[in-house]
Amino acid sequence: MAFLDRFSSELEALGLSLLWHPSISEQSGEDVTAILADVIQGRIVLDILCVEGAVLRGPGGTGLFNRFAGTGKTMMEWIRLLAPLARYCVAVGSCAAYGGVVAGGSDPTDATGLQFEDSVVGGALSKSYRSRAGLPVVNVAGCAPHPGWIVETLLALSSDQMTDGDLDVLGRPKFFADHLAHHGCARNEFYEFKASAEHLSHGGCLMEHLGCKATQAVGDCNERGWNGDGSCTKGGFPCVACTSPGFSNIGNFLATPKVAGIPVGLPLDMPKAWFVALAALSKSAMPKRVRANAASDHVVLPPKCQRDGGE
Amino acid sequence: MTRTIVGPFNRVEGDLEVALDIEGGVVSRAEVTTTLYRGFEQILVGKPAMDALAIAPRICGICSVSQSLAAAAALRSAMGIDPAPNGVLAAKIAHAVENMADHLTHFYLFFMPDFARQDYAGRPWFEQIRSRFKAVEGQAAGPALHARSQVMQVMGLLAGKWPHSMAFHPGGTTQSLDLGARVRLTGLLSGLRTFLETTVFGADLSALLSLTSRRQLEAFAEAEGADGDFARFVRIALDLGLDRAGGFAGPFLSFGAYDGLFPAGSSDGDFSPATVSEDLSHSWMTGNVELPGHGETRPDAHKPGGYSWAKAPRLDGRAAEVGALARQVVAQDPLLSGEVAGVGGSTVFSRILARMVELAKVLTAAERWVDEIRLKQPFCVPSRPVADGSGIGLVEAARGSLGHWLTIRDGRIERYQIIAPTTWNFSPRDVHGQPGPLEQALAGLDVGASGAKSPQVQHIVRSFDPCMVCTAH
Repeated sequence: MAFLDRFSSELEALGLSLLWHPSISEQSGEDVTAILADVIQGRIVLDILCVEGAVLRGPGGTGLFNRFAGTGKTMMEWIRLLAPLARYCVAVGSCAAYGGVVAGGSDPTDATGLQFEDSVVGGALSKSYRSRAGLPVVNVAGCAPHPGWIVETLLALSSDQMTDGDLDVLGRPKFFADHLAHHGCARNEFYEFKASAEHLSHGGCLMEHLGCKATQAVGDCNERGWNGDGSCTKGGFPCVACTSPGFSNIGNFLATPKVAGIPVGLPLDMPKAWFVALAALSKSAMPKRVRANAASDHVVLPPKCQRDGGE
Repeated sequence: MTRTIVGPFNRVEGDLEVALDIEGGVVSRAEVTTTLYRGFEQILVGKPAMDALAIAPRICGICSVSQSLAAAAALRSAMGIDPAPNGVLAAKIAHAVENMADHLTHFYLFFMPDFARQDYAGRPWFEQIRSRFKAVEGQAAGPALHARSQVMQVMGLLAGKWPHSMAFHPGGTTQSLDLGARVRLTGLLSGLRTFLETTVFGADLSALLSLTSRRQLEAFAEAEGADGDFARFVRIALDLGLDRAGGFAGPFLSFGAYDGLFPAGSSDGDFSPATVSEDLSHSWMTGNVELPGHGETRPDAHKPGGYSWAKAPRLDGRAAEVGALARQVVAQDPLLSGEVAGVGGSTVFSRILARMVELAKVLTAAERWVDEIRLKQPFCVPSRPVADGSGIGLVEAARGSLGHWLTIRDGRIERYQIIAPTTWNFSPRDVHGQPGPLEQALAGLDVGASGAKSPQVQHIVRSFDPCMVCTAH
């Protein structure tokens, strides 16, 4: 996205006007509570409500683990007040969508997502919640979500282009959720031959030994760049399926669980027997170059070049 | 006496509430409340030890690399391994970029927009500053955000993505670099240098780094660097007397940053982790005073006397300020040491000044680190499994000293205690009634007829660049 001189001009060009954002708006304190009162009383129309962070219901259902500063109310109360008034409601990040890391482990704060608790419908809002435009909460999952997913969702909503059919069963926009993080992985050749990295920083595929869940996790993470053209697998570490509910509780992120030497988490829609058979076949066909580079932190055998007059 | 609750406090990271008691136009008492508690220390208990590398960085979306590096350092000390030198360099560069991005964000998006408030409509500089810095509408933010997003491409090269990368390990970093990647790093840092020299400082970084006194600084802001945003800040801050506002007398603490670039220590002398304790008397936490290596986190929302989810860290029993200024005081930077000596403590002015000086110092060092990478050498040595052990990871985030204290039992996390920079700066009182640094900085402030709406309150709070999500974590 090109940067215009003024942030506000850029938003305007996209048809958005920023009502309030905690990190960049001028308003603080009473000026903020005045905006909220105007929304509640219908003097300001709320088109898109974006919520970051899990909804903390604890302790004991009070929501006191997250008071909205200066308002005397908990964030849980505010979300339940504002969500029905919004034309669209967006959960930004896996915490707001499903509870995320904050709902992990012993879940000390009784955390939940807006409309899902983990993968079960019904979070801080009711199962039947619909925003004014008739959509459930739009879950821009990910920890953190790609900034493109956020901006594109907002643009699709502000132009009323997103419908129920554009969301998957977990409320994620299909434009990124219909992809797998594996698609476009730069380690693809190593995957093809099941040429695996043995230690972090090795060049090979991270699936067999190092816990990579990219073949099971949704997201176009390797088709669009992160911070330029990065991605988790490009950066040398496994996909942890951060777009999935409950990802943080699976644990042991850097090791692949196996039964009888075969990874448990195989690609979801591939028959296991086929996968095992093909893996054995492709391993036996593995070029020497691929084998060497998979278990090294630098390219040790480059691709062979053809040159006139010799090898 | 009137008590006013100020919140939600905008343009800080996370949720902050400040209660001010005002008597005769003067703040007689301030109470700083961290209103969000998520329980990361509890969430981490029982997890496999290495899972800390995935979970701890997710405490914060703006200082994620700092959290990663503290977790990696704590695990490293438990493992007793030495990291690959290339990995140390790559981690330093990524950390430097995150910290510089935070300093830029703070200056352009959080701090300067307060000078565009209508309160200052009569000042001679107002119209120009409003057009340049007004929140959301000002001209300066767009190019600053662009420069920030450009240099953050360093993360794509070194760490796969930002925030919440798992590239940072006890043994180094997981991404090996080739020549192409190294020259791209050089190019990206060069792009930031251009932005700093043309827009932020309006002068070569070396000119800024040669300043050693207030007199030289004022001359720089009137002449060589006069067209930079930094000079605008200097002139406004001195016009408004921010070099006398929001003081804290010390001590100042730094855990040491970038593997020796900025030393560990306190303004009172050497630093030992054994002198750090946390007091729970005014926190919504069960317990008394604890050493972080043995600390417990048991929230109690109805604790009598409690007014914050933050614990109160103390250095040898004293509230301490952390951050860029503390780092530069401990490093005995002449300009910033002079500022602190001149008024007997930190001020709004010196806190911002320190961040800007750090931008120039850290970028200059990071350019050197890129050249020091040995491309053919490894970036990561394997971790060593630890069944039972403990470790401490101390780093400097943009906002100051960040510590992780870890105990491992049967390969799993038995205890994980975290003290974040803003836990120090925005701590509540302790059992002796000693207020935290911000509480001390606000006490005695003359707010006049404006009361809690005085823009000075905004300047003082934001001068610390708080990260409230980290504070109680």
